[in-house]
Amino acid sequence: MTVATRTTGVGLALAAALFALLVLSVGTGEISIPPDEVVATLFGGGDRGTSFVIETLRLPRALTGALIGIALGASGAIFQSITRNPLGSPDIVGFVQGASAAAVLEIIVFGGGTFAVAAGAVVGGVGTAVLVYALSARGGAQGYRLVLIGIGVSAMLIAVTDYLLTRSTLEQAQAAQIWITGSLNGRGWEHVRPVAVALAVLLPVTALLIRPLRMLELGDDTARGLGVAVERSRLALVLVAVGLTAVAVASAGPIVFVALAAPQIARRLTHATGPGVACAALMGGVLLLGADVASQRLFGDLQLPVGVMTGVCGGVYLTWLLTREWKRGSG
Amino acid sequence: MSTRGTGLALIVAGLALVLLLSVSVGARPIPVDRVWDLVWHPDGSDDAIIVHDLRIPRTILGLIVGAALGVGGALMQGLTRNPLADPGLLGVNAGAAAAVVTATALLGVVSPLVYVWFAFLGAAIVSVVVYGVGAAGHSGATPVRLALAGTAVSFALYAYVQGLTLIDRETLDQYRFWQVGALAGHAPALSGQIAPFIALGLLLAFTLGRPLNAIGLGDEAGRALGASPARTRILGAVAITLLCGAATAAVGPIAFIGLTVPHVARAITGPDQRWVLPYCALLAPVMLLGADVVGRVVNRPGELEVGIVSAVIGGPVFIAIVRRRRIAQL
Repeated sequence: MTVATRTTGVGLALAAALFALLVLSVGTGEISIPPDEVVATLFGGGDRGTSFVIETLRLPRALTGALIGIALGASGAIFQSITRNPLGSPDIVGFVQGASAAAVLEIIVFGGGTFAVAAGAVVGGVGTAVLVYALSARGGAQGYRLVLIGIGVSAMLIAVTDYLLTRSTLEQAQAAQIWITGSLNGRGWEHVRPVAVALAVLLPVTALLIRPLRMLELGDDTARGLGVAVERSRLALVLVAVGLTAVAVASAGPIVFVALAAPQIARRLTHATGPGVACAALMGGVLLLGADVASQRLFGDLQLPVGVMTGVCGGVYLTWLLTREWKRGSG
Repeated sequence: MSTRGTGLALIVAGLALVLLLSVSVGARPIPVDRVWDLVWHPDGSDDAIIVHDLRIPRTILGLIVGAALGVGGALMQGLTRNPLADPGLLGVNAGAAAAVVTATALLGVVSPLVYVWFAFLGAAIVSVVVYGVGAAGHSGATPVRLALAGTAVSFALYAYVQGLTLIDRETLDQYRFWQVGALAGHAPALSGQIAPFIALGLLLAFTLGRPLNAIGLGDEAGRALGASPARTRILGAVAITLLCGAATAAVGPIAFIGLTVPHVARAITGPDQRWVLPYCALLAPVMLLGADVVGRVVNRPGELEVGIVSAVIGGPVFIAIVRRRRIAQL
């Protein structure tokens, strides 16, 4: 089997898995709905009671999870490819830390509502990413310097967040902690629409940038030789990746690990070299939705945010994966 | 005089200065000459009590924690040949944090003098796990593997910490003050508890200068020069665990000291680890205590925790170094 067919196969399998998880997610809960009825309802059929449960209560949350997962997976693949670093993720340009600091500031100091917190997070995240990029853009933003400056700026922002957490009431600290962890609890259609619109714009742009991204992986000089405008392409890619992350963080908070793990897992499934953005995106959707389904079922009454689940499972899974691979002597 | 000699003299002078300032500056300032008197002849006055019961223990704690973080960071960067390595990398902070929340949430431990042992144990166990994962298979613990393993394990542990702090309010309340990283408010006995571990870690670290230099040239070249890469890595990992584990257990995670100080030291001494390690042991306390003193001044009569000050000052300094010159290669 060639790598290309394998990649297509994996992509199709992941899409199928994502759809199956969606059906599972909206079909189970306090009222169980059999899968065939779920599918019928999703495509416009079903009785009124079923469609209320599905379309009003459960579908928005599941869709938000799937779409955010897709955004995070795609942005992680782009970041890891540009930085040529398997640990590259939006955190390295300080996005997550900037968003968290701004959101915690909004929650604790200004007592802002959901929209203000989301807007603050996006402004904080994008502002931080721009600052990091500007600080490292001297004689061309090299991947290496970008990472270092990202670490410096992030550490300062983490200090700001920690400071705010110690100067707040315990209730505020709890609200802030939930936001920082990343949660899909209580998501409605008003959360789905902005994410869907943003993805409808950003994903086609990403598709257009795949070719330059593939060339950039060969090294700046080679890419230039192949006719790629290196600096401009890289800037465009960073912007798209930051945009994708911003969408995800604004609607669910900074859910860790999906952006980091999805590209790694997808790559191990496809055995492809290259960025593999499409499979990574689908993998991201599967991971996030799967984690949300699992955490709702396992810790029903505690309402633990999905970020706890993605973190624990993802960390354990990655550890296991690395050990197994190294034991076999590859990688 | 050589650059190394001049630098060393300056750092020792700086250390003497911050030690004095750290005892003298605070919500109740005490003039330096009076401090000097009181140190040797405590007269039972309020000032004497502040100096002996609060400021001197705090300064000693800063001195040993600073030395531990600086040398731990330098060792970690030398071993992993990764200029970005810091105590967070091998899972030390995550292990300590997970142990602290476990002790408070599940076992009801509230005294810092008790949960410091949990934190230390957590840091040690996690370092061993990370090393074990990184060393799986034939080719051993390469730098990239250790970094990947540390990140993966930290992810899981931090999520666990978040989960526990969300379920249990009391734990969140304790944890938020621990994780900020402070030298203030600790019992004087704390320094005595962690000092033996840090002393042992420092001794071990200083014996590793030469083998670190050798394996810095690559494992093959290191072997040819008579150093055993595997042995050096294991001893180094033990030293890092002792140093960073004890420091983080005592005062909470403090960003930037372990990451930045070795870069500054290498900029002065060059890459020779036999110089870098002792430099870090002296330079890091200067930075940590300096940050602590600044934290007492900027927000009078309140204080800013040293973890915050070190990040807010260390961040721009670090960025300036990165922008101005190429990071001294390992």
